[in-house]
Amino acid sequence: MIEHAITLFALTLAAGTVLVFAALGELVTEKAGVLNLGVEGMMLVGAVGAFIVADETGNDWLGVLAGMLSGTALSLLFGVLTLSLMANQVAAGLALSLFGIGLSAFVGLSHVGHVIDPIAPLAPPVLSGLPVVGRLLFAHSPFVYLSLLLFALVQWFLFGTRAGLILRAIGESPQSAHAIGHRVIAVRYAAVAFGGACAGLSGAYMALAYAPMWTEGMTAGRGWIALALVVFANWKPWRVLAGAYLFGAVTLVQFQAQASGVAVPSQFLAMLPYAATIVVLALISRDTTAIRLNAPASLGRPFHADT
Amino acid sequence: MFLPSPKIVLPTVLAVVGGLATLTAAAADAPFKVGFVYVSPVGDAGWTSQHDAARKEMEKALDGKVVTKYVENVPEGADAERVIRDLAQSGYQLIFTTSFGYMNPTIKVAKQFPKTYFEHATGYKTDKNVGIYNARFYEGRYLAGIVAGRMTKSNIAGYVAAFPIPEVVMGINAFTRGMRSVNPNAVTKVVWVNTWYDPGREREAADTLISQGADVLTNHTDSTAVVQDAEAKKVYAIAYHSDMSKYGPHAQLTAVTHQWGAYYTKEVQAAIDGKWKPGSVWGGIKEGMIRMGPFNPVVPKDVQDLVNRTATDIASGKFHPFTGPLSDNEGRQRLAAGKVISDEALLKMDYYVEGVQGKLPAAK
Repeated sequence: MIEHAITLFALTLAAGTVLVFAALGELVTEKAGVLNLGVEGMMLVGAVGAFIVADETGNDWLGVLAGMLSGTALSLLFGVLTLSLMANQVAAGLALSLFGIGLSAFVGLSHVGHVIDPIAPLAPPVLSGLPVVGRLLFAHSPFVYLSLLLFALVQWFLFGTRAGLILRAIGESPQSAHAIGHRVIAVRYAAVAFGGACAGLSGAYMALAYAPMWTEGMTAGRGWIALALVVFANWKPWRVLAGAYLFGAVTLVQFQAQASGVAVPSQFLAMLPYAATIVVLALISRDTTAIRLNAPASLGRPFHADT
Repeated sequence: MFLPSPKIVLPTVLAVVGGLATLTAAAADAPFKVGFVYVSPVGDAGWTSQHDAARKEMEKALDGKVVTKYVENVPEGADAERVIRDLAQSGYQLIFTTSFGYMNPTIKVAKQFPKTYFEHATGYKTDKNVGIYNARFYEGRYLAGIVAGRMTKSNIAGYVAAFPIPEVVMGINAFTRGMRSVNPNAVTKVVWVNTWYDPGREREAADTLISQGADVLTNHTDSTAVVQDAEAKKVYAIAYHSDMSKYGPHAQLTAVTHQWGAYYTKEVQAAIDGKWKPGSVWGGIKEGMIRMGPFNPVVPKDVQDLVNRTATDIASGKFHPFTGPLSDNEGRQRLAAGKVISDEALLKMDYYVEGVQGKLPAAK
């Protein structure tokens, strides 16, 4: 039983981490008032960039870097369109997703079917050998720890630093922020780039560790789930974390249930992660005033300095 | 009234006749054009990859006599109709449509191009110029089961499955029967992932099955994730569609591979010879459509021999994987001792056989 619980815990962390990266990045972007619906595309471009570089150089961590850079590059394209050229963010974001899906498929064509040495879970000599605690705390993929670190950083940055305050202010009222001398467009560019890097990191995690391979469309819609998570988590990092793990846990619990021969239609079980995550996050965020306070007031609206 | 003089008419007629002759000669020499429509990218392994390998095999066998063209990643539905029509319009004389969902588009376009031949994989509608073909995948599954039954130590096999449709259920059942023919204590655990293709999810399902004690995995989904996961977790796997030994050199015991090359060659040759007829082919090991992949050296010689012997018996018709007595996993007898299941019953299979754990989602 305890053995099962530990495995389930480890698998949940691994599954949730894909969403944690992408959703935290999108959260920061949205907190600055920019709605980038291109997460799925940026994840795929990150995945293919990471895989190609890891495959060519044999260095997976160089691949991770490349994945982040690829995601960033694509997000900057979105930035140019929406921040400098004032294109509609929803339309540009959707286009970015479609573009990313196609671009990654095209670029990755010659690397389909290649096999790389994946980034393995950590196995620190003494610690991971400890009974229960070892596997509970010390034997996960390095990406899992990285995602927790990212969570802490985002939480601290947004709510503990002056720069975070400025970013949030820009998301609320870019006009006011501009009036007191903050550089709205520059900050929004930075937020968009951060979101792109995180989505790229999420893709790199998939292609180099979680399902180590490259095939087109391999993220299979996780970018869209990450997007939804941010909204249902009411733009709070810890709720994004909780939602991502909840989604992973329910997916895996329903697999466990199936494998144990529980007689519930698998179609129902397949729906469960979505339903459970939405219901739980909707319940904890049911205070409408809090939602209004948390949602970046200028989300999705272009900003143009009038003077 | 103007009458052309014979001096003018004769050369003209000659020229026309001569021109026609050259034209026909050119037509006879021109390579035969064969089109293929694929549901997913060709990729490196999987359903479409096997069709494309077969296309190349056919091209090589009929060297110089054919030109081929394929269109990949064609969604089932309206897009498919457009693609198939495009191929027919550009003069492709035989068109293979390789996914179930192309059935109605194929039939529709075929009516508009009565002189073009069509072959649709895994469907059930035919027409004057539309043939159908499919493979008895379950024969390979049964053989895979024998290997799993002999190699498992935990007596639990894990099966990652896409959707509870008869084709997939048939495979699970054949695998389980093969496994229990050599190891009556072994059981199959099934996880439905409700998608044909999602490497992450397939891997999660594989991990789950391993955590529940499965030490031989197989799958009916379209990525290499299950074999790769087995390799990483040091359990065994039996690949499906393609040989995936490069993804799991230690894990892959063998593979149930789809081989359409010989069939494509035969059909195209028949079409070139003007002898093509719309058929309804459901081939298996006998027709060479199903072949077991290379055996991992860890599979003992006697197991390999048993698999090969059983394959021969299946091919010769001496043995059928679904020969009674056949009970479902709720104890109901589905087939009396000695009886062989009908193709019709196979294609409607909606129950798990004895030895599969759980309840089939689609079961009423």
